Amino acid sequence: MRKALAVYRKELRQILRDRRTLLILVFIPALFLLLYGYALNFDIRHIALAVDDRDGSPQSRAVVSAFVNSGYFDLVATTHSPVEIERLVNLNQARTVLVIPEGFGRDLSSGLQAPVQVIIDGDNANTATTVLGYASNLLRTVGAELAPPTAVRPAPLAVEPRIWYNPELRSTLFLVPGLIAYIGMITAVASTALSIVREKESGTMEQVRMAPIDTFSFIVGKTLPYFLISLASAALIILASMVLFGLPMRGNWLTLLLAVSLFLVGALGTGLLISTVAESQQVAFQMALLISLLPTIMLSGFIFPISGMPAFLQAVTYVVPARYFLVALRGIVLKGSALSHLGVPLLALTAYAAAMLTLASLRLSRERT
Amino acid sequence: MQRLRCLVRKEFLELRMNPRLLRLVVIAPILQLTMLGYAATTDVKNVPLVVADGDRSAASRELVARFEASPNFTVIDTVTAVNEIEPYLGRGRASLALSIPAGYGASIRSGRPVKVQVAADGTDSNSTTVALGYATSLIGGYAQELIDRAAAGPDTAPGRGAAAGPAIDARIRVWFNPQLESRHFMIPGVLALVLLIVTANLAAMAIVREKELGTLEQLNVTPLRRWELIVGKLLPYGLIALVDVLLVVAVAVLWFEVPLRGSFALLFGMSVLYVLSTLALGLFISTISDTQQQAMMTATFFFLTPMIYLSGFIFPIENMPAIIQPFTYLIPLRYFLVMVRGIFLKGIGLDLLWPQAAALGAWGVVVLALAVARSRKIAR
Repeated sequence: MRKALAVYRKELRQILRDRRTLLILVFIPALFLLLYGYALNFDIRHIALAVDDRDGSPQSRAVVSAFVNSGYFDLVATTHSPVEIERLVNLNQARTVLVIPEGFGRDLSSGLQAPVQVIIDGDNANTATTVLGYASNLLRTVGAELAPPTAVRPAPLAVEPRIWYNPELRSTLFLVPGLIAYIGMITAVASTALSIVREKESGTMEQVRMAPIDTFSFIVGKTLPYFLISLASAALIILASMVLFGLPMRGNWLTLLLAVSLFLVGALGTGLLISTVAESQQVAFQMALLISLLPTIMLSGFIFPISGMPAFLQAVTYVVPARYFLVALRGIVLKGSALSHLGVPLLALTAYAAAMLTLASLRLSRERT
Repeated sequence: MQRLRCLVRKEFLELRMNPRLLRLVVIAPILQLTMLGYAATTDVKNVPLVVADGDRSAASRELVARFEASPNFTVIDTVTAVNEIEPYLGRGRASLALSIPAGYGASIRSGRPVKVQVAADGTDSNSTTVALGYATSLIGGYAQELIDRAAAGPDTAPGRGAAAGPAIDARIRVWFNPQLESRHFMIPGVLALVLLIVTANLAAMAIVREKELGTLEQLNVTPLRRWELIVGKLLPYGLIALVDVLLVVAVAVLWFEVPLRGSFALLFGMSVLYVLSTLALGLFISTISDTQQQAMMTATFFFLTPMIYLSGFIFPIENMPAIIQPFTYLIPLRYFLVMVRGIFLKGIGLDLLWPQAAALGAWGVVVLALAVARSRKIAR
């Protein structure tokens, strides 16, 4: 234990000397939360709308104002020229175009079905899907209002949507756990890997090898500072999101600490393992990026739902620790889940951490002999 | 020129001695393409759904059957009371719960309006929004069918009823990507991300490495001029980046079948412009970092992360609040993404894209000037 403490002290001193890295590791994550918490959301609003109203009747104007008043669309242009429409869409100045043909109002008031054309820029498929939903719902509603009463029957069936745990569907609440995972990955995996590979690169690893330090003390001493820093950074993120974004804390703090610690230990283990494989810091960084950072963004369910992925990628997500961490964190913070409900994710995190640490120490002790 | 050639040779020798790095810069883009091409979709499929059927009539089973038939939903269980759905949502076994009230079938038969409730787990607000949208439109479509059925009447043959369908016939057309494939949007973006990592991060680390090992001093006392040193250090990474351009475009077009509607030459030319400006960024990062760890942190936190999140790569810029939007103009990735996606999907040319190209070029020049001004202090 004394030996581990010695390595720890040396590592900590080295980190403390590098003020900028320390500041980045501890404070920048919370600052970023602020920025991204405000900036990122999936609520699609202010869709730039161009209108080509060839009818000019009260009914067609009612359709246009229904779009504008919905709060989803911003009217950016009115035009009668197809060339102009194409130019607006190509320049991304209009994302949606509403074309109302001549005779729209006449058809509608005589009880006929009146066509309307909606053009959606599909380059971003995710936004386009949502816009498509908005547009068809708006047209259905406004059509029912404008058509003569005889032509419309009341809908026999209505939906009443309810959202649990996060009724305003605030993106922040679900981004925060993802950001903790992401930042944990940068600090824990990348920094640890780089700090060890640096010793290899500058040749001081030989000295460590000569010193009477066993593998266990080396691992503990090297990773403990990064563990503490990542923990502090995670605590800051959680506090900041509670104060600034009203993140509720419905569960138990100790359960939260357990989940965060398990995740961080797994991440540190990954960093160690990378450091035993990589010979230069550039390689270590690339590997950290590929096996931890990108999967954390892409494959954890942080941004993209796992259920929408093809089967082989879904299989891969089972070895992405952030996947379990997100379930555990969202469960504890937003749902107030008790420890007994979180058995699966917590066990998976433990298994991942154990596997990484075992592999890393096996490789390390082989390297050292 | 002779001196420059020597330095470039030294750089390539160093890269050759590090075969893992070379392999990684080839494998990395492919892995990223796979992840983004397949994973980056907010389409929600097989959403686990629990049904609380308080009616248990033929009518309610018909509605449930609609959900079962839809590829978007998987009915995992059916219970009888609304309060039984709580544990399903609480433990995350289901993300959506459909509650059908008692007396539902009777109301439908007598034409009285009736409400069904859809409860969603809001902890993942992104998929929740999408899944709720699917559920709402599924029920809406079913309601329309019930209206049409009632209008047609029991005696009329199907399809002969008057005024079937809604009053306004919405003819929606989606341009450029009619199948609404997310990957057509994400994969061209990967090009931008890959190039950024290879040029900015790796180039910065390569220069800082010389500082860390003390060999930059040695290079400083050689007769190399400053610009030769800079060009020599950056050139190999520029070349790797251009190989990555070819690789990513080939995989995107041949494997993922993303349409390349515009000119390849223009795409390549714009990639060169982008690579030049991100190499300048790498140089700039190297001038403000003393260790590779610092360079990595600076590049990842201050450049890579904001660029991923704020460039419109994943999150559309027009959704961001008005105070944030001006900042996105500082991000070179923003301009390159508009160009890459425009060339790939819309097939537009420089006549429409010149403002983006000019902005990207200007950004590169400013960053290069900053980097050169700072590097004066380091190299002689």
